[in-house]
Amino acid sequence: MVLELRKPRPVWQIMFSTHHTDVALLYTITGVAFLFMAGVLALMIRTHLFFPGQGVLIPDPATFNRIFTVHGLTMLFLFALPFAAGIGNYLVPIMVRYKDMAYPKLNAVAFWMNPVGGALLWLGFSDTSWVSYAPYSVIRAPGPAADMMIFGLKILGISSILSSINFVVTILKCKHPDLPLRQVPLFAWSILTVSLMTLVAMPTYAASLIMLLTDRLGVSGFFNPSIGGDPIAYLHLFWFTFHPEVYIFLLPAIGMMYELIPRFSRKPLFSQASGVFAFVMLGLIGFASWGHHMYSTGMDFTTKVVFMIGTLAAVPASGMHVFNFLATMWGGRIRFAAPMKFAVGGIALFFSAGAGGVLNSAMPLDFITHGTYWVVGHMHLFLTGTIAFGFVAMMYYMFPFITGRMYSEKLANIHFIGMMWGTVQVFFTQHLLGLEGMARRIYDYPAEYTSWVQLNQIATVGAWILGGSFVFFLANLIYSAAKGKEANMDDPFGLGGKYYYPYQAKNPTHHTGY
Amino acid sequence: MGHDTVEWVFVAIVIAILVYVGVDSWIVQKAVEEIPADAETIKVTGQQWFWSFEHEDGTQEKIELHLIKGHAYKFEIYAKDVMHSFNIPDYVVFEDAVPGHVNHAWFSPDQAGKFPIQCREYCGIGHYQMRGTLVVEENKS
Repeated sequence: MVLELRKPRPVWQIMFSTHHTDVALLYTITGVAFLFMAGVLALMIRTHLFFPGQGVLIPDPATFNRIFTVHGLTMLFLFALPFAAGIGNYLVPIMVRYKDMAYPKLNAVAFWMNPVGGALLWLGFSDTSWVSYAPYSVIRAPGPAADMMIFGLKILGISSILSSINFVVTILKCKHPDLPLRQVPLFAWSILTVSLMTLVAMPTYAASLIMLLTDRLGVSGFFNPSIGGDPIAYLHLFWFTFHPEVYIFLLPAIGMMYELIPRFSRKPLFSQASGVFAFVMLGLIGFASWGHHMYSTGMDFTTKVVFMIGTLAAVPASGMHVFNFLATMWGGRIRFAAPMKFAVGGIALFFSAGAGGVLNSAMPLDFITHGTYWVVGHMHLFLTGTIAFGFVAMMYYMFPFITGRMYSEKLANIHFIGMMWGTVQVFFTQHLLGLEGMARRIYDYPAEYTSWVQLNQIATVGAWILGGSFVFFLANLIYSAAKGKEANMDDPFGLGGKYYYPYQAKNPTHHTGY
Repeated sequence: MGHDTVEWVFVAIVIAILVYVGVDSWIVQKAVEEIPADAETIKVTGQQWFWSFEHEDGTQEKIELHLIKGHAYKFEIYAKDVMHSFNIPDYVVFEDAVPGHVNHAWFSPDQAGKFPIQCREYCGIGHYQMRGTLVVEENKS
């Protein structure tokens, strides 16, 4: 089960394997590769915006639009989703004490749809922005890029539906009969929640993609107002999928923190029940708030109020997670190894991002922030500050179990300081840019707006720091996998013997508690 | 206090803050959306990639919009091709221009001078330069 990379076996054996740990490796490695590809695009955007009016690095607006579109799509569909599915593949069967995923072949098929979808997105390089609002995506977006994007997203959507079915069946049906559902570790609970959410949310988007495609082919007019369609319908369909999707990205990262925080605090989890409750609540309430993305589309007052209440209702459950983490750490003998640093950093930024989210949902404030860099800063604070922090923490945590070697704590420290510093500098600054009125998705801005220039330059320097820290991360992964210190496989993080690691489970009768 | 009590106190505090935010937004938004009866209507049309305006007396303007300080104005917002978003950041005027729909926003300028107008919904290659100027003039009469 462990030491996957140390067994001398040819790479094609991993590639054509259907074993859950092999598929997990494929998922995580693909996810990290796409993270770096999309990260390069982000650095291009930030560097370009450092110099207003000069067309540095990105010579024309069409290319700029394509770059931010593919950056967004890649980070969401080819990094966040596959990475969570990867860690889920590795841990869920172990956590529910089953030999593999319920449908191993389906699992491999779901993974192999990712490179295909990714290739379509990257070869097409569409310019519709990741939301692809109609009617721009119907009547103006150049083909074949937009069509390739639609097919690519279609494939990725089906892949995530297939892997969700697999997770749901594995957890509910293949769980060891002695293990009650409420005692299943919280990471598996997070995967169960997001899988069920995917099954409800994703088909809506799949349908709207087909409608977009037929609209583009001219055989229908669902979203095209010139033949009687309504663009607002697309917005509803899109956000009905993608507001829940926010939680689908977020909850696995929270679940990973539930794996890390108690172990590195050397204390039992404060409350398993409140963690389960908060996951289920978020899974339900996540569907009650999609309209807050549409306040300014001409929505009437009552509808806005309903969606505001739906949005605010999600906050107490998120707060319960934060409380659970803090209460677990309280009075613990905390060992700040790299995974713990990233997990705690992620919780701090999760709190900041959540506070900003409450302001967004307040209707009058939304009219100041919507469509500006505030929203860019807000959603990146979630995606980088919480989700990527949780994922990176998990990568450091899994590293010794997968390679049999220890990562370099020194390089991990540099990575942590750079990533924390960079994240705060870029995304907090972008909040301020939004308050100064800078619209998002703009190729260039007037150089005489001095406050915009200054804030953009501060943000760009932050992005370079953030990007630079990932060079140390990559170097650490590659170097340590080959030449790192041998890890003590009984207790690689020196936490003391009685803390159980799920990877060490070889027989189905082990306990899942601490 | 037991474990559960501490957590419930925490949740109650969070809910209290949220109720305050919700109620306050309700009151403010209600007031903001009340359009004064004497507001002058201005038709705003967004298209790739400029704004055009039509006053109540039929005068038409492009890119620059001239208004008078102290008057109330109601915008009727249209879009010709794709979605745009009509935005005067300094006065928090912000509403999407959606093809096939008419949206409304209103404001009353209280300072003379020039203020930027921009598009805040991605609309293609020229989105970044879909800018205009609001010129607020002193009331001469």
